[in-house]
Amino acid sequence: MDLILKVWRQKNNADSGRFEKYKVKANEHMSFLEMMDVLNEDLLAKKEEPIAFEHDCREGICGSCNMVIDGRPHGPNNGTTTCQLHMRFFKDGDTITVEPWRVKAFPVIKDLVVDRSAFDRIIQSGGYISVNTGQAQDANAIPIEKDLAGQAFDAATCIGCGACAAACPNASAMLFTSAKINHLGLLPQGEVEHSKRVQAMVTQMDEEGFGMCSNTGACEVDCPKEISISNIALMNRSYFGSVFGSDKGSK
Amino acid sequence: MRWLINFLGSSLGQKTIMSLTGLFLISFLTVHLLGNLSLLLNDEGYTFNTYAYFMTHNPLIKTISYGLYFFIVLHTIQGLYITFKNRMARGANRYAVKAKDNASFSSRNMALLGTLVLAFLFIHMGDFWLRMKLDWLPTVVYEGYAEPMSNLYERVAMQFKNPLIVIAYVIGQIVLGFHLWHGFQSAFQSLGLNHPKYTPFIKGLGKVYSVLVPAGFALIPIVHFLLK
Ligand code: HEM
Repeated sequence: MDLILKVWRQKNNADSGRFEKYKVKANEHMSFLEMMDVLNEDLLAKKEEPIAFEHDCREGICGSCNMVIDGRPHGPNNGTTTCQLHMRFFKDGDTITVEPWRVKAFPVIKDLVVDRSAFDRIIQSGGYISVNTGQAQDANAIPIEKDLAGQAFDAATCIGCGACAAACPNASAMLFTSAKINHLGLLPQGEVEHSKRVQAMVTQMDEEGFGMCSNTGACEVDCPKEISISNIALMNRSYFGSVFGSDKGSK
Repeated sequence: MRWLINFLGSSLGQKTIMSLTGLFLISFLTVHLLGNLSLLLNDEGYTFNTYAYFMTHNPLIKTISYGLYFFIVLHTIQGLYITFKNRMARGANRYAVKAKDNASFSSRNMALLGTLVLAFLFIHMGDFWLRMKLDWLPTVVYEGYAEPMSNLYERVAMQFKNPLIVIAYVIGQIVLGFHLWHGFQSAFQSLGLNHPKYTPFIKGLGKVYSVLVPAGFALIPIVHFLLK
């Protein structure tokens, strides 16, 4: 299949960036990343600078193959990452527009690669458990209701790719932050520090300059792990609880 | 107090203000519609005028109405501020291809819809509320009332003879309907109220509300124009 690719090229963060058009020959069995590899080999053969894009596991769990394809993070399909998107979902002759995450808190490093360390700082602010939770076997000794464990696991499937913030009209990171708060807070080991964690992570999220949630739901549609915005509601409840239901800051 | 200031300054605190003021405005709209439906009665405006007199002279309702003015202003300022901050969060470059199918039209355009609702509110309040407050309206005397009262009904009936005003009102209500189509259920989600047990009900109720209430308001100018 013959495709025309409109790809965002940007030398570095100081460069203003522009779209470049490329012709590429692909077949429908390729993944989107393999198609990009083909394009890059063509560019190398022509002694042109290949397109920088992040990729690692190529099986949908590392969260690095981030690109906005025709306006949708990870492309038009739901529940998959870019590496899991196959060219059979495109038609011969299609023009495909490929852009980086456009989120102010994720500055572009080069072409399609953005710096997502804002997410790392949100995790560093409280997305961990620092109390003693015992040895490995102790985890099995604590009974946990099946539904709760399932809910925590659903939140824990977040791969931190940032598609939520990229898809959100407000570039809000609330789906990521809420998933990272809830996968710990729903379990007994994480519950101990839950209130403190919610405060710290929401504060850090705000400091990074992400937008506010308007409940459009675009994040859950484009999340490759289909994490539900009910996580955001749960985060809000926990946050209200930590503000109005705790002694912290009352003096 | 510091904790409260921190809360109100946080993203979640600001969304709380949006949703609480929005829900207050929604409850106001319900009362406003029920009262205004008396404009459809064939009693030369007696019920409506005495209702308007009650609403503007009862001390409790007067207090609530000051709250209402304040909340409209707060909702507007906060809404525009949130929208501005959210724009900034995207950064210098916007997407070349705009996604359409991952979020509803209403949810993407709350600020535009809200600003149009505000424009409608200016027209609407300038037409009726301001004139009544400034005592510019003719008065009527009803038996059982010590003083003459503004004949707001007559002003309404007169305005709704003008097809342009009727059209402006219908458009205003359509815009309000779109704002509420997203806003109603969104307010509950912002407050953290999302649960498989009741969220489907809230979403359903929001859809019914955002169609029926604006339709009820739009009915008044239409009926006046066509039938009175
Ligand atoms: C009777 C009039 C109005 C009613 C009943 C109403 C109701 C609501 C409700 C229930 C919400 C959802 C709150 C949430 O997401 O938590 C909302 C959001 C919003 N309203 Fe209104 N509103 C009204 C007028 C206005 C006006 C005049 C503006 C002026 C610009 C406005 C701007 C907004 C904006 C920008 C949002 C979205 C905020 C966000 O991004 O989360 N609204 N409104």
